[in-house]
Amino acid sequence: MKFAVVVFPGSNCDHDAYHVAKDVLGADAAFVWHKDTTLAGADVVVLPGGFAHGDYLRTGAIARFSPVMQEVKKFAAAGGPVIGICNGFQVLTEAGLLPGAMLRNRSLQYQCEHVYVKVEQTDTPFTLACRPGQVLRIPIAHGEGNYYAEPDAIERLEKNRQVIFRYTDAAGVATENANPNGSLNNIAGLCNEARNVVGLMPHPERACELGLGSADGLILFESVVKAVSEGAFASVRK
Amino acid sequence: MAVIDHQVLERHGVTEEEYGRIVEMLGREPSLTELGIFSVMWSEHCSYKSSRVHLKTLPTTGRRVLQGPGENAGAVDIGDGLAAVFKIESHNHPSFIEPYQGAATGVGGIIRDIFTMGARPIALLNSLRFGSLDEPIVRRTFAGVVAGIAGYGNSIGIPTVGGEIGFDESYTGNPLVNVFCLGIAKADEIIKAAASGAGNPVYYVGAKTGRDGIHGATMASAEFDEKSAEKRPAVQVGDPFMEKLLLEACLEVMKSDALVGIQDMGAAGLTCSTCEMGSRGGVGVEIDVANVPQRETGMTPYEIMLSESQERMLLVVKRGREAEVERIFEKWDLHAVKVGEVTTDERLRVKDHGKVVADIPNRALTDEAPVYRRPMSEPAYIREVQQLSLAALGAPAPAADVFRRLLASPNVASKRWVYRQYDHMVRTNTIVVPGMGAGTVRVKGTKRALALSVDCNARFVYLDPFRGAQLAVAEASRNVACAGGLPIGATNCLNFGNPEKPEIMWQFATAVAGMGAACRALDVPITGGNVSLYNETDGNAVLPTPTLGVVGLIEDADRVVTRAFKAAGDVVILLGDNRDELGGSEYLKVMHGLIRGVPPSLDLDRERALQHVLVGGAAAGIIRSAHDCAEGGLAVTLAESCFDTGLGVEANVAGVETAAKGFSDIATVFAESASRVVVSVAPEHAQDLISRASAAAVPATVIGRVGGNSIRVSIDGRIVIDESLGVAEQIWSSAIGKYFEPRKAIAQDHVR
Repeated sequence: MKFAVVVFPGSNCDHDAYHVAKDVLGADAAFVWHKDTTLAGADVVVLPGGFAHGDYLRTGAIARFSPVMQEVKKFAAAGGPVIGICNGFQVLTEAGLLPGAMLRNRSLQYQCEHVYVKVEQTDTPFTLACRPGQVLRIPIAHGEGNYYAEPDAIERLEKNRQVIFRYTDAAGVATENANPNGSLNNIAGLCNEARNVVGLMPHPERACELGLGSADGLILFESVVKAVSEGAFASVRK
Repeated sequence: MAVIDHQVLERHGVTEEEYGRIVEMLGREPSLTELGIFSVMWSEHCSYKSSRVHLKTLPTTGRRVLQGPGENAGAVDIGDGLAAVFKIESHNHPSFIEPYQGAATGVGGIIRDIFTMGARPIALLNSLRFGSLDEPIVRRTFAGVVAGIAGYGNSIGIPTVGGEIGFDESYTGNPLVNVFCLGIAKADEIIKAAASGAGNPVYYVGAKTGRDGIHGATMASAEFDEKSAEKRPAVQVGDPFMEKLLLEACLEVMKSDALVGIQDMGAAGLTCSTCEMGSRGGVGVEIDVANVPQRETGMTPYEIMLSESQERMLLVVKRGREAEVERIFEKWDLHAVKVGEVTTDERLRVKDHGKVVADIPNRALTDEAPVYRRPMSEPAYIREVQQLSLAALGAPAPAADVFRRLLASPNVASKRWVYRQYDHMVRTNTIVVPGMGAGTVRVKGTKRALALSVDCNARFVYLDPFRGAQLAVAEASRNVACAGGLPIGATNCLNFGNPEKPEIMWQFATAVAGMGAACRALDVPITGGNVSLYNETDGNAVLPTPTLGVVGLIEDADRVVTRAFKAAGDVVILLGDNRDELGGSEYLKVMHGLIRGVPPSLDLDRERALQHVLVGGAAAGIIRSAHDCAEGGLAVTLAESCFDTGLGVEANVAGVETAAKGFSDIATVFAESASRVVVSVAPEHAQDLISRASAAAVPATVIGRVGGNSIRVSIDGRIVIDESLGVAEQIWSSAIGKYFEPRKAIAQDHVR
């Protein structure tokens, strides 16, 4: 069981994802440099948070050209589980692996705080251990997490059950107040049509140990460990 | 060659007398480039020429101190073979001129100081001071500074885990932006900023050199006036992405043994890094500015040597190992360029295409820079402001009304509007987040954690610099002790006015003396820091603000304590005494617009004993919450302990006797007497804590219980404050944000 954590110049949650894989889950983990052309034989690929290339252009807009992204695309196309967290989610949308785009937060400020997200779908490798409708307390930390897609794209996402996480209150109700950044339909995370590529703005890797205020995020990583160990993606690994 | 006349000297901030010394040291007239080099190295900012004689009196050694002042940062031993490397630094002047970039580059600068020591930076804090938020210019500065800190820290991925913010009119035209950074290094792998080995190549890496920031150090050594905005070109622009690359690449280079020494280019840029590295190593450094990567064409050696462009590092590499080092930087898309080499002759020699343009003995720029014992005299204001006649203020408002006013005061109110903009969780070490007490980070790979606090009540220092500085040390140490951290080291940032005024110099010297005395008594050595003088606008100095950053060591991270009450039914205990001490209080400022009286008394032995009770109680796992009494006194402390978990409190205390009739209620709940902490414990542990306190001769009084949904405070059984938790929290949490609600702010501007 091996996690590959992709490191773009400017990634800054790479160590955090690595720590969860290695020290919390006891899995194998490797950093993969963005210029690398292999994924180190990993079972799961993590695109971590941060400010790839400084986010001086649109977030994720430069990172999508990194050589490693060709490998990530191949891995995803073969059905391998890929998760993009925060900046990683932004990279996935820029790379065309997930639909939509991120606007600046409605507040026009960077926001770092705990929020509640509801698990809308459990048939993805990163949510299969969750209860349907389970509410997780996980932090966000972003300036551009205001999810946007054209109305027909949103409709398609909803129809295909691709919205995996939604901002809600503690009771799991998707209210306007519970939406921290203005995302359409309170969307906090989604998957591709094949359901193996997941992106989300909140940081589950920051909520994997009780000492940090919440361990609710761990279930995403446990899910994918379960998925992989049950052989769901055996054909992907070369 | 340009003629160096009176005007040229004035522009460089060099006095005629200092110029005489330069000529004497060189044995000739300096070139303009050399004059520029002297002017920045001899500026107050770099030379500490006014402060040095006083700083020498501070305690800087101790059992755990691995590195005291003199390097890029201090370091203390935290066990497990690890060192905490930390320092605080000011970026006041640039932050007034250009708030966003001024603050951002302040963050960038202190981070470089930490990783230059071979430490991985893991936490940032800041101590900020502004004028009143009622002023549009202050709102602009405040919002810009906060955004700048966020912009840099968030991008580079180092969490801002705590800090403090104060407001006073004296900072309107001269905000204070002090940034603290802490990193972790292996104790035996701390890297020094010294050059050695004649013939070893000197490398430059990072951003290209531009014309930005020329004379930044000299700017920071002069007062502000209405022309200050014209100095904007002297402020640099930060590039956190570049620094992130430098950080990672430098840490990677340091893992190899190809590196001899490294220093960042901060104030005085290339000049400071070359002569200081040479001086520390007892060698010389020779560079050719033609090899320095330049952003603009036609830059002169003068400009290149004095530029303060950000995100640049100077390295000395072992000869023969160049390719190794270059390869690591290339991986990070950085280009390391050889700009010179180490020599034996203890001189800084600068060439331009091979022609010598500056040739100065290192010592002339460093150890032999001027030192002034400036004249001092006690300011006349002190005796006047220490007079406080409460009786003359008339009958005080009811405590319940005062309570609401204090909760709404920006000094007391929640700073969530600010810290929500800071990534305070990245690196997943933050076990106490901002707004919950001392920011605390765990040390991965160990059981330990570090509690960090920066503090200074500048009103107290203004009223009595000696005691005020002692109180700052006590408060910062007490805050880390509340979290369960044993204070093991400190760094200071001394923000004062113009030292050429004897009254300011007296404030400075007296405060440093007080700080030293308190640090000795509390066993908290100062391992480094920064002095910021000339914090004046149009001749008016800021309140003297000697800020202290303290590092506290928590042996068991699982036992960390926050300020929030944890469970209904817990017993609330006050450690320490309530006293008739309203001098310098938030009460006087908010209700009467006064900064008067004498600051609270401080018994350093009592303070130390209190801190030991806190650390011991936390380690034993019996203290469930701890929060010290500061601005707003006991009532505010109780309220803040309620807010996070939404648990109310019911407390009853004995009224204090006051000299002024009618002020007993006010003094009892709003005085800011030192050495007091409100703790909560499970009922079965109350006696244990009280016994521990009494063994240490620390007063401990059960004052109430956690529970309910109101904050109810009685004096001798008579309710004086009974506020619903929801209302109190609403007042407290919205006080700062409401200044930035767009429509309201516009309306206020319009009225003005």
